[in-house]
Amino acid sequence: MPSITKTRLLAFAAATMLAGAAMPAIAQDEPLTGELRIFLDTSNPAPRAAMEGMIARFQEMHPDLDIETTIIDREAYKTQLRNFLSANAPDVATWHAGNRMAPYVEAGLLEDVSDLWDEEVSRDLASTKGSMTIDGKQWGVPYTYYQWGVYYREDLFEQYGIAEPATWDEFKAACQTLLDNDVKCVSIGTKFLWTAAGWFDYVNLRTNGYEFHMDLTAGRVPWTDERVRQTFANWRELIDMGAYIDNHTSYSWQEALPFMVQGDAAMYLMGNFVVAPLREAGLTDDQIGFFQFPSIDADLPMAEEAPTDTFHIPAQAQNKEAARAFLRYVVDAENQSIINAELGQLPVNSQATIEDDEFLNAGFEMLSSAQGLSQFFDRDAPAEMAKAGMEGFQEFMVRPDNLDAILERLERVRQRVY
Amino acid sequence: MVAVATPPRGAKRKAKAPTAFGGYWRRNQLKLAPWLFLAPGAFFFALYVVAPILQSFQISLYEWDGLGTREYVGLRNYEELWWDDAFWTALRNNVVWLVLYLLAIPGGLFIALFLNQTVRGIRIYKSLFFFPFVISQVVVGLVFAWFYDPTFGLFNEILGVFGLGPVAVLGDPDYVTYGIIAAGLWPQTAYCMILYLTGLNAVDPEQIEAGRLDGAKGWRMLWYVVLPQLRPATFIAFVVTIIGALRSFDLVSVMTAGGPFGESRVLAYYMFEVALSEYGFRMGYGAAIAVVLFAIMMIYIAFFLTKMYRDEKGV
Repeated sequence: MPSITKTRLLAFAAATMLAGAAMPAIAQDEPLTGELRIFLDTSNPAPRAAMEGMIARFQEMHPDLDIETTIIDREAYKTQLRNFLSANAPDVATWHAGNRMAPYVEAGLLEDVSDLWDEEVSRDLASTKGSMTIDGKQWGVPYTYYQWGVYYREDLFEQYGIAEPATWDEFKAACQTLLDNDVKCVSIGTKFLWTAAGWFDYVNLRTNGYEFHMDLTAGRVPWTDERVRQTFANWRELIDMGAYIDNHTSYSWQEALPFMVQGDAAMYLMGNFVVAPLREAGLTDDQIGFFQFPSIDADLPMAEEAPTDTFHIPAQAQNKEAARAFLRYVVDAENQSIINAELGQLPVNSQATIEDDEFLNAGFEMLSSAQGLSQFFDRDAPAEMAKAGMEGFQEFMVRPDNLDAILERLERVRQRVY
Repeated sequence: MVAVATPPRGAKRKAKAPTAFGGYWRRNQLKLAPWLFLAPGAFFFALYVVAPILQSFQISLYEWDGLGTREYVGLRNYEELWWDDAFWTALRNNVVWLVLYLLAIPGGLFIALFLNQTVRGIRIYKSLFFFPFVISQVVVGLVFAWFYDPTFGLFNEILGVFGLGPVAVLGDPDYVTYGIIAAGLWPQTAYCMILYLTGLNAVDPEQIEAGRLDGAKGWRMLWYVVLPQLRPATFIAFVVTIIGALRSFDLVSVMTAGGPFGESRVLAYYMFEVALSEYGFRMGYGAAIAVVLFAIMMIYIAFFLTKMYRDEKGV
C-alpha cells in the first residue's frame, strides 16, 4: 500500500505536468514521447522477469518514452485495481479476461480498444477474442494463457508402480496406493480459496460437462440441483479417503509446494505456472510429470480450464497514444513467443512459436483438442458469487457434512446476484 | 464639574469601537472564548467523524457498488444481515473478542506489580515487556502466524514435546479465533501494563505504610489498599481494551484473512470484505455492518461518558 501512495504522488505530479505539455503525436511514425505508466500484477519472479524484459524491449523501440513500471503484489492488485482505475489511472494495466473485467467495463473505466483488433489481430488471436468482447467491443488484449492439470511426482509414481490415471477409478486407485505408502495423494493450499475452486471446476466439468458448468457459473442452474450434488459427491470420495494434505486451510498455494517437493504428497492440481517454482525448488523434469484431469463420465467430451491474462488501457489514462502502441507490441507474435517462453505459458497469438517444453507441448495439445475452455471459477462467475462459492468449497473440503447448508447458502447468493 | 468630566480608564478604547458587536463581545467574552478555541477541533471533528457516520447511515439504505448509480433499497440491507450466517459468525466472534480481550487487564496488572520494584536494570526489563506494544500489529500477526504454523511452528514443536498435536490453530475453525485473540493479547497486555505502571507511581506510600501497620499483607493489601488507588488506570485500561477488541481488524486480516471459510471474521473485517475487498464492493451492505458495529460501540461509549460525567460531578 505505501508504495502505491508514493507512486500516486509521483503520478499526480506527472499528470499535472502532462496536462500542460501533452502533444498528441500526429502520425504513428512520430516518436512516442511523454510518460507511460504501467501497472503490473506479475509479482512472482518468473512473470516479473518476463514483463520487465518485454518493457525493456519496448523502451528500446521508443527511446524518447519515459516508462514507469509499478509491480504490485498479485493478491493486493485485485483490490487496488478499482481504486487506481477510478482515480489517477495508469496508462496500461494488467487484468483478466471474461467476467472479471465486466464490472470495470460497465462502469466505463476501461478504454474501448476495438481499433487494435484489426483483421490481422482478430485472426491471430481468434481463440480469445470472445472472452475480450463485451457489448460487441474489445476492451483489452491477451498476452498469455495457460493450461490447468495435474502435476505429479513421476519418480514417486514409478516407485509405487502407478500409471498416469485416465479415469476417476484409476485416479482413486492411484490415491489409495499412495496413501497406503504414507504419501498424501494431493497437495493443496486453500488459504486464499481459489485453489479449491480449481478442484470444483474440474470435478464439475468432468461430472456434468462444459455446458452445465458454464450454465452454473452464469447463474442459470440452482446450486441445489441434483447434478451439483453429484459433483460434490464425487469430490467427497477423495476427501473421505484423506487424499488431501492436512491443514490445507493454513497454506497459500506456494506454501503447499514443499509437500510435493519433499515427496510428502504426490500430485498438485494447478495452472502451468506451478512448474517454475517446482523446478526452482530443485525438482528435475524427470521428477515432474503432467496429466490431464481424469475423466469421470466417459461419455462427456473433455473441456479444460485455460485462464487468460490480459492488458488494458484505463479510460482515464493520460498517454493513450503510447498505451495503444504498447498493447500492439503485446500482441505481436514475436514478442508473445519470447514472453511466453519466459513465463512458461502459452502464447495467445497463433503465429507465435511455442517453446519446446514438455509441459507446454502437453498443454498445447490438450487445449487444442478441448471441447471448450473455461476461464476459472472466479473469472466465469460474478465476483460475489465467486467469493461465496469458493468459501463454500473450502468449507466443504474441511466439513463435507455441511454440504446441504453450503448449497442452500450458495443458492441464496445466486438468487440475489443474478 | 471638571472632576466629573474626567473619563474613566479605558474609556478611550471603548470610544474607539462603540459598535454593538464590541459590546456583545465584552459582555460574553468569558462564555465565548472556550467555544472559539474549540471551533477548529469541532469543525474537523464534524467534518471527519460526524459527517462520515451520518453518511454511513445514509449509504446503508442503498445498493451501491461504489462506481455506478445508487439504488435506494430501504432497510433491505439490514434484513439481509439478519439472514446472513457470516454476519452472525462475525458478531459472535466479536463477543468472544470482547470477553477474552479483557484478560489483558489482570494480565497487565500483575506484570506491572511484578515489575514495580527497584532492581538493577529494571528499566530494561520494563521496556522489554513493553516491546510488543511498540511493534506493529502486522508484525505481531506475522510472528504468531509462524508460531502457529502446523509444520515448523514453535507452538507445535512445544506440543510435540508433550506428545500432542500438530494442531493447525489458524486452519481450524474451532481454534482460529482464540489463536488470533492470544496474539492480540500479547501487545494489549503490554499496553495495560504500562498504564498500571504509571498508576502505581501515583500510589500513596503513606497509605501503604498505614496499611502495613494495620497488618494488611499480600492479597488484602492489593485488594483494599492498592487497587482502589489504581481505579483511574483500571478505567482507562478498560476503555482502551474494549475499543481495541471491537476494532480488531489487522490481526484477522494478516493472520487468516477471515478464514478458514469465514470462521475467524469479526464485524470490522467482514465490513471490509463486503465493501472493499477483491470480491466485494457492496457499499450499502458494508455500511449496514458498520452501522451495527457503531451501535455496539455506542453502548460502551454511552456507558463511559455517563460514568465520567458522574465521576466529575462527584468530585
